[in-house]
Amino acid sequence: MTELALPKIDNSILNRKIEIVKKLSKLTDKENVLSEADELRPYETDALSVYTQTPLAVVLPENTDEVSEILKYCHSENIKVVPRGAGTGLSGGALPLQDAILLGLGKFNKILEIDYENKCVVTQPGVTNLGITHAVQNKGFYYAPDPSSQLACSIGGNVAENSGGVHSLKYGTTTNNILGVQMVMMDGTICRFGGKSFDQEGYDLMGLICGSEGLLGVVTEVTVKILKTPEVVRAALIGFPSIKEGGDAASEIISSGIVPAGMEIMDKALIEATDNFSKAGYPRDAELLLIVELDGTKSEVNELIRKVEVICKKNNCSSLKLSNSEKERLSFWAGRKAAFPACGAMAPDYYCMDGSIPRGKLAEALLEIKKLSEKYELPVANCFHAGDGNLHPLIMFDGNDKEQLRKTEEFGSEILKTCVRLGGVITGEHGVGIEKRELMCEMFNDNDIQQQLSIKKSLDEKNLLNPGKVYPILRKCAEEGRVHVHKNKDKFPDLPRF
Amino acid sequence: MSTKIKINSQIFQDSNNVYYPKDEVEVSDLIRELYKKDSPTEIIGNNSKSFIGNKTQSANTTSLSKISGIIDYRPEELYIKVKACTPINEIEKILSENSQELAFEPIDFGYIKDGKSNKGTIAGYLSCNYAGSRRFKVGSVRDHVLGFKGVNGKGDIIKSGGTVVKNVTGYDLSKLIAGSFGTLVALTEITLKVLPKKDSSTTVAIYPNNFEQIYDLFNKLSSSSSEISGAVFIPEQSNDKDFSGKRNTVFKFNDLKSNVSFLAFRVEGDKISIEEKINNLKKELKLNNSDISTLDVYQSEPLWEKINNLEVFEKTKHNLIRMVIPPANGSKLCKYLENNHNYFVDWCGSLFWIEVNSKKEEKIKDLKKMANDFGGYLTVIKTSSGYDYGEPIFTVDKVRLMISEKVKQSFDPKRILNPGKMYRGV
Repeated sequence: MTELALPKIDNSILNRKIEIVKKLSKLTDKENVLSEADELRPYETDALSVYTQTPLAVVLPENTDEVSEILKYCHSENIKVVPRGAGTGLSGGALPLQDAILLGLGKFNKILEIDYENKCVVTQPGVTNLGITHAVQNKGFYYAPDPSSQLACSIGGNVAENSGGVHSLKYGTTTNNILGVQMVMMDGTICRFGGKSFDQEGYDLMGLICGSEGLLGVVTEVTVKILKTPEVVRAALIGFPSIKEGGDAASEIISSGIVPAGMEIMDKALIEATDNFSKAGYPRDAELLLIVELDGTKSEVNELIRKVEVICKKNNCSSLKLSNSEKERLSFWAGRKAAFPACGAMAPDYYCMDGSIPRGKLAEALLEIKKLSEKYELPVANCFHAGDGNLHPLIMFDGNDKEQLRKTEEFGSEILKTCVRLGGVITGEHGVGIEKRELMCEMFNDNDIQQQLSIKKSLDEKNLLNPGKVYPILRKCAEEGRVHVHKNKDKFPDLPRF
Repeated sequence: MSTKIKINSQIFQDSNNVYYPKDEVEVSDLIRELYKKDSPTEIIGNNSKSFIGNKTQSANTTSLSKISGIIDYRPEELYIKVKACTPINEIEKILSENSQELAFEPIDFGYIKDGKSNKGTIAGYLSCNYAGSRRFKVGSVRDHVLGFKGVNGKGDIIKSGGTVVKNVTGYDLSKLIAGSFGTLVALTEITLKVLPKKDSSTTVAIYPNNFEQIYDLFNKLSSSSSEISGAVFIPEQSNDKDFSGKRNTVFKFNDLKSNVSFLAFRVEGDKISIEEKINNLKKELKLNNSDISTLDVYQSEPLWEKINNLEVFEKTKHNLIRMVIPPANGSKLCKYLENNHNYFVDWCGSLFWIEVNSKKEEKIKDLKKMANDFGGYLTVIKTSSGYDYGEPIFTVDKVRLMISEKVKQSFDPKRILNPGKMYRGV
């Protein structure tokens, strides 16, 4: 089993649990403070469920002033705080710490204002991503970023992770689609960055907060930009006899000047898995499946579809189907959207990786992943946001087998190192969290990490907010490299893994 | 230069004692030395936008202008990696050869500075984060930066981001650098997202009667699924003969009535979809019986260039204000500005360029209050020669200033880089 170093446990905090819970119950309604074992259990993990930890207590404040009072108290008493949105994060960013308060934003679940004139929605952070679109779709508007967990993930969590989705090449990620945030700093200071107007002047603190994984502040309000739903959306489902031909077609679509709303690639293993699972009618003889979605006005979309058809035929596609109705378009996506549960049905557990690579390196990356799959004797299926280069290999394993879990983690880590070697990054949209912390040194040198830590220190001097996440526990990358060697001995036996 | 700095490597200095490091190692050596000696420096590129912001009180000047050239351009990957002070013209030229562009439409500040085109360098753009007319559709400069390398105030070479669109590895420092006016790092390398250039462009001009109608049109335009990529309102200012003369000359096009107030919107794409979108918009805006003008691509492109060059304010001797507000308050602001200040509105009703006569400088305070009340901000982009800086040229509240100081401290603890360029103490 690999080691997972967490910040040193402060026993004096553990010993003061009763007093701390009592104080928290004065800062918010006492019903909002959870401290019994059975109450804490649902909060032990986020969607990276291989790691679990029971927090000291869970507090669920109801408004910004309560968040501020709680943080101010924790700051003065040196109590660590782990913020949590909907708990759908895949990198362990909301993994509790034994001596930390888990600050849940679940009660911040209201949309505060829908402002069509300024094309924005002001919302509390606990509202789901899809909840925003639902609130404005009757007037023909929507919120563009659409992470696959959009039904459950909260907008506050989206800000913390800078979530993307399948449409981010054309419409950007969270950072490109929010106008303002209200945030509480660790010392309790309430601040507001941006608002309803574009491009706040001065340092782009909203841009800094977006994607900071809950390390710099607790977001208590978000103003998002809404867009008008396109007049026409059509999709093409295209099968290719080889990875190379499909990858080349995807690259050529982009270099020809087309910016698809979405462009997804699935490999043979995933085509079979999803087709078995959802009966989507995918071409099972294809080595690679490409879904291209185009939006705009009617003639614009028809022209783009025609161009895509020409490019795919030139690259020897083996099948090509165009959606002629909204129902048919959604059926094209049905299999892709079922990719994760389909893998879940094939093995007891699956581990979803999240690297980004330059689009043109897809064939090389998939070949490398195939070799690694043989080396580790673990099956893998791949889906790829071809529009923006975000690769999601799904490694299938049995979590009850500790050796398989170890091999899976090593396999995953090798995939991400491959992404970096090919000119990409270790995380496209899931965040670093606890999962990819040690891999930060693959991308950044000591100077880069020191600069980031220095920002953290400037805004959270005592390192109380979500400590132990994103950055390696040891400061120097070289040191971390040595420590990372597996010694077959768990440094933190109190941290169960499943 | 008052302080002579002895540095390890031989960095070229001109007769004005401006340092010209030629690569990131030299920038790092220079800044490390300045850091040791507590000796701040102004950071400049090719000086096209250095008039924006406060005057820095520095003993030294460092020009990054020699750090120029394209490092890696991958049209099929939609990115270009360049040395920080590569001229915008050079970048736009190579992109254009591949039918691509910088979608945020860099503004040419050369016209307001001294009447000549000077787009300056990409580092300058990133440091100011001022995007052109397409901003409300495609985002600002900050939305097109994928990564950077630079030197912080201690002389450390740091990087952030990469070449891919989706990247959440560590804090997104590219955003923080955008609009930081060179106060956090001296940039040495920038990677930008590039996008395909649209085949063609057509502009439709409407001649509305009142501000409510103008903002009703802006609202309908930004609510339409027939996307537009630019919308401006150019008012007639009959009480200022000089300005209306210039305005009429700048916007003199065969198919445009330039001597009256007009609202113009731009549609880009292939010819068939432009036609389709314009037809849709005419219906949605109920323009079929209105007096409108349609400007073909040969008029449309130069019109938007003139708008983005701020040519109506060419060589202005007065104060030029850039105010951004939520569009819902735009008609109120227009009413206030009418007959008081020369101005025009961009970004489909959000961005106001306002000329405040040097004799009416006290009005800047009123405008700043309005910007704050409306939920926006203003910046005095160009100051008149006698501007006394009584009213700070940037807008910032106490809490953001406090956080900005902390952030500055984390990059540049001794305030070596462009001290005071934005705020006192930063």
